Amino acid sequence: MKYLLIGNSTAAIACIEAIRTLDKQGEITVLSKEEQFCYGRPTISYCLAGLTDREHMNYRPLDFYEKMGVSVHLGVSAESIDADKKQVKASDGKKYSYDKLLVSTGSRPFVPFAEGLDKVKNAFTFMSYDDMEALDKALSPEKEVVVIGAGLIGLKCVEGIFDRVKKVTVVDLATRVMPSVTEEESAAMIQSFLEKKGVEFVLGDCAASYTENSVTLKSGKTLSFDILVTAAGVRANTSLIADIGGKVNRGILVNTRQQTSIPDIYAAGDCTEGYDSSIGADRVLALMPNAYLQGKTAGLNMAGGDSEYKDAIPLNAVGFFGLHMLSAGVYEGEIIKVKDENKLKLLFVKDNVLKGFILINDFLRAGIYTSLVRGKTPLDGVDFDMLVEAPQLLAFPAEARAAKLSRRA
Amino acid sequence: MKRIYVNEQWCLGCHLCEYECMYANSGLDEMFKLKGKAGKDILPRIYVEGGEKSPIHFAVNCRHCSGTACVNGCIAGALTKNDDGMVVIDKDKCVGCFTCVLLCPFGAIMPAADGKAAQKCMLCTDNIKGEPNCVKYCPNNAIVYEERE
Repeated sequence: MKYLLIGNSTAAIACIEAIRTLDKQGEITVLSKEEQFCYGRPTISYCLAGLTDREHMNYRPLDFYEKMGVSVHLGVSAESIDADKKQVKASDGKKYSYDKLLVSTGSRPFVPFAEGLDKVKNAFTFMSYDDMEALDKALSPEKEVVVIGAGLIGLKCVEGIFDRVKKVTVVDLATRVMPSVTEEESAAMIQSFLEKKGVEFVLGDCAASYTENSVTLKSGKTLSFDILVTAAGVRANTSLIADIGGKVNRGILVNTRQQTSIPDIYAAGDCTEGYDSSIGADRVLALMPNAYLQGKTAGLNMAGGDSEYKDAIPLNAVGFFGLHMLSAGVYEGEIIKVKDENKLKLLFVKDNVLKGFILINDFLRAGIYTSLVRGKTPLDGVDFDMLVEAPQLLAFPAEARAAKLSRRA
Repeated sequence: MKRIYVNEQWCLGCHLCEYECMYANSGLDEMFKLKGKAGKDILPRIYVEGGEKSPIHFAVNCRHCSGTACVNGCIAGALTKNDDGMVVIDKDKCVGCFTCVLLCPFGAIMPAADGKAAQKCMLCTDNIKGEPNCVKYCPNNAIVYEERE
């Protein structure tokens, strides 16, 4: 069996690990547009901040490909797929054949067009190791930075660069920070924490035009900068599949077995749109745990196994300067709120299940909540008052608790 | 492979295992030297559930489970399952995002005392004790280390 994987990040690594649980012999080839050994993509902000270093960013041990028997081609991107001949044409001029193909091409930064953007010399995005290296070289203590986008990537970038520049201003069209994972109160808490730290925000506004060193916003306000970082969201890399008539929406459409609409082609990770059990519909869930589980599912099926990934939910753990926010699921239903000076716990309950939660600085054992959300556990079968107080296994009936502690779960 | 299991019918909730855990991982030569440090400069990797009024108590630490949600979700590749089936954390690689805390269904991985990285039970293979100290000193066999599969 010949496996070909396009991409070399979380989903691809998970796919390799899964294939090798079932097939020790098959030939696995990886085409990676990026030139680096697989690295933990979200660690780029930590590296800029000095919280990790390049030597520790490898996502797997350095002998990973060798141990797994993988032939990896770094700096080689896939250009097109011929699904009839089962071949992929690559940027090195070669054609790679496959029996089973994984498309794990990830996503790319979305840079909203505004007049004059092409005149900005020090413009960066923040998604890759190369982005990190480029930004790293540009940072210095006298510089002022404007970050377009107050989402997860934008704010992690802020944390990464904050102590290395003079000033950071964040602009977002949304009226609150991290709008995809917060509601009003949690967003306000995080924003106020970051403002106390010295980060400036201009929310509910967006770039109208740029000069080399400034941006004029829709409101008329002008901000000058030495460095511009655009982190206004991402777009799934779907073109390899779209070009050959495969089904694509905002991501490559996949079923719960991670199959695309084209035979023997699977897809996993940020490039896909798959089943989100928290809303009961397909959507892009560009999150690392999801990428891993999708890649794993794809790998098992590619190697002849029978696996479905049916319980994907939104999951986020994000931290800034010592503040931590952990969240999961969707924010619907009755809100149970426990608030302290710098702590916040919001639990969202509907139809006898925990639909989602947001925890700020009060997150010990949060995975017990996550398991309730993911498993859609009926809350009348657990001691929910006890769980509101703190996540604990004691709140489960004796039998369920014994099963959990027996380490079979 | 041997694993830690709990017998909740014998657990009095004395929390000795938590102290034995902190002691084992502290590098201190006498347990009493934890005084003033326990729960502050060093945190246990095992947690006893059930408060003073609870009739039920049991200790929870890493199950070294087959689901390995923490390993799957780790953004830094700091968590791995080794050839013995033990879930291992490389604290030099951990960036302290606590995705693992969000994912562990047992609540068995937690921030280390400095808040900069996660910590978890590694069956005392990462300290001079070499075998689980919580088990060794549990007076009631409420925590055991045995082969069950």
